[in-house]
Amino acid sequence: MARKLTRPTVYGVMAEFDDPTHAVAAAQHARAAGYTRMDAYSPFPIEALSEAVGLPKNNLPLIVLIGGILGGLGGYLMQYYLSVWNYPLNVGGKPLHSWPAFIPITFETTVLGAALFAVFGMLALNGLPEPYHPVFNAPDFALATRDRFFLLVEWRDPKFDRAVTGDFLRGLEGVKGVSEVEF
Amino acid sequence: MSSRRIDEPHDWTGDIHTTPNPVIQPGHTFGSVTDKISALVLFKRTPLGWWIGFGISFMLANVLMMTIGYLLLKGIGIWGNNQPVGWAFAIINFVWWIGIGHAGTLISAILLLLRQNWRTSINRFAEAMTLFAVAAAGIFPLFHTGRPWLAAYWLFPYPNTMNIWPNFRSPLMWDVFAVSTYATVSALFWFVGLVPDFATLRDRAKSRASQIVFGMLSLGWRGSARHWHRYETAYLLLAGLATPLVLSVHTIVSFDFSIGIVPGWHATIFPPYFVAGAIYAGFAMVLTLTIPLRKFYGLEDFITMRHLRNSAKIMLATGLIVGYGYMMEAFTAWYSGSEYEGFMMKNRIWGGPYRSIYWLLILCNVLAVQVLWSKRARHNVWVLFTIAMFVNVGMWLERFVIIVTSLHRDFVPSSWGMYRPTIFDFSMFFGTIGLFLTLLFLFIRFLPVISIFEMRTILPQAALDEEALES
Repeated sequence: MARKLTRPTVYGVMAEFDDPTHAVAAAQHARAAGYTRMDAYSPFPIEALSEAVGLPKNNLPLIVLIGGILGGLGGYLMQYYLSVWNYPLNVGGKPLHSWPAFIPITFETTVLGAALFAVFGMLALNGLPEPYHPVFNAPDFALATRDRFFLLVEWRDPKFDRAVTGDFLRGLEGVKGVSEVEF
Repeated sequence: MSSRRIDEPHDWTGDIHTTPNPVIQPGHTFGSVTDKISALVLFKRTPLGWWIGFGISFMLANVLMMTIGYLLLKGIGIWGNNQPVGWAFAIINFVWWIGIGHAGTLISAILLLLRQNWRTSINRFAEAMTLFAVAAAGIFPLFHTGRPWLAAYWLFPYPNTMNIWPNFRSPLMWDVFAVSTYATVSALFWFVGLVPDFATLRDRAKSRASQIVFGMLSLGWRGSARHWHRYETAYLLLAGLATPLVLSVHTIVSFDFSIGIVPGWHATIFPPYFVAGAIYAGFAMVLTLTIPLRKFYGLEDFITMRHLRNSAKIMLATGLIVGYGYMMEAFTAWYSGSEYEGFMMKNRIWGGPYRSIYWLLILCNVLAVQVLWSKRARHNVWVLFTIAMFVNVGMWLERFVIIVTSLHRDFVPSSWGMYRPTIFDFSMFFGTIGLFLTLLFLFIRFLPVISIFEMRTILPQAALDEEALES
């Protein structure tokens, strides 16, 4: 595996499709052929395509739960600390710790915390913002945000070989073109 | 996880491509949908009508700026509100605008969770409407404080040298948190929805400036299948969070009134009645804006009659709930046996000086909408637009009735008074309409008004051929 330790000249080999079914079938074939380090690019979310390229464990729901708990606790404890400890003020004879009145703000900060964690968690897990990525060098890749579908086998894949992998992708049904992606 | 797939088994809206009422006209491809919507931003010449509309809106927005300038110079005494009507246009307009915003979240979040695919072509526009309506709403309480530069420690728990904090037991504080959270979450939801479309615009743009601007906004989005997976999770979770949030916002806005002991405000029906009214007003505004938009921008293929009809049905349903709310208000006032409640209602409906406004409200909000029972009316764009205008006015009158008629007759007759708006009340109100429309015109010109990537998902070509695939 010494070959993998140095950066090779190409990032991967990319196959282009103009139909979602062919793209998903290609990803499934590549997976069956033993490729593991793959990614696919599509102009809209396709669940089967994400599954075919091999899904990582999705930690986002847990992150959102943590965000919600932190937001809720933070909101409640802030009100408790400010009203009971930091500056106890008798308002209309109500108890200092009048917890029912603290619930609406606690609810709002819970939602706020969860929503912030959902958005920034998703971006962080996806590694965005990432202005430059080698796949942008692939021919026609600008169409990945219009009407084309791409399947990429990365150089990190243990089975990756420029010639063999390229031939494999060229043999897939519905493929419109295969190219090597420069770094 | 993919919630917007059309091949879901529980699609109880019917097959959206074979019914005679499609949500997108047949014949479109991924490419044609992409090109048509992105061309509005990138290539099409700005129509003359846009300049005229933007110009008028911008002039009105400047009326707002001048009013605010004069307000800061003289103080809120330039408005007509004074004892006993201490809350008038400022809070009427605030509630009106916040309510309008609610339809945007309903369309983008609640209809997403309910798998209503027809929402796809109007959600982006409705979310923009939400954001701009909340922006217009926020202006009123902020300037009602009179000294908005001090509002930081009046409104937020900001650690100041005087070591004083806001009173968290006050519904007005809840309102601050509810509205600011709502604005933040709506903006996040909107931006997340826009990221893949920014990538499309980046890749379609010909000019260097657009490529750079949309390139930065797209955050380097490349449509990776792994990214889409997390994206869909995040989008669905945001929808799940926005749904209880939007219900809480107008509930808390209604607490501003119902926690108080003023007759006409102190009613348990307020939260559901306010939420229904908000959705009612919001869909009226959706129709008011989308009917001209689809006409002038040739978007009839994407925003079809089905969208307008469904919006009309939601308006009819929520309008009936609002009508029920009016009935229950009157019933509770009578059934409570409270002398003050009874007097308030009698004064509001036939004895008092504002009774004509009450009957105008019933005409606009309860009677006009009954036309929508007729299928022919729901199929007529002009009728829909007219009814929507009635509702826009009616929902504003509703808040006027709730606020002004409840306050102008205090418990002691010696404290009775009348409220008359001044020119600055009106210039501030119409100014925010100008601000709202200015922002909308800029949005139509510079951002995709329809979610491009979601439109691709509802095309027949997006459905996978399951037989050609392994299980």
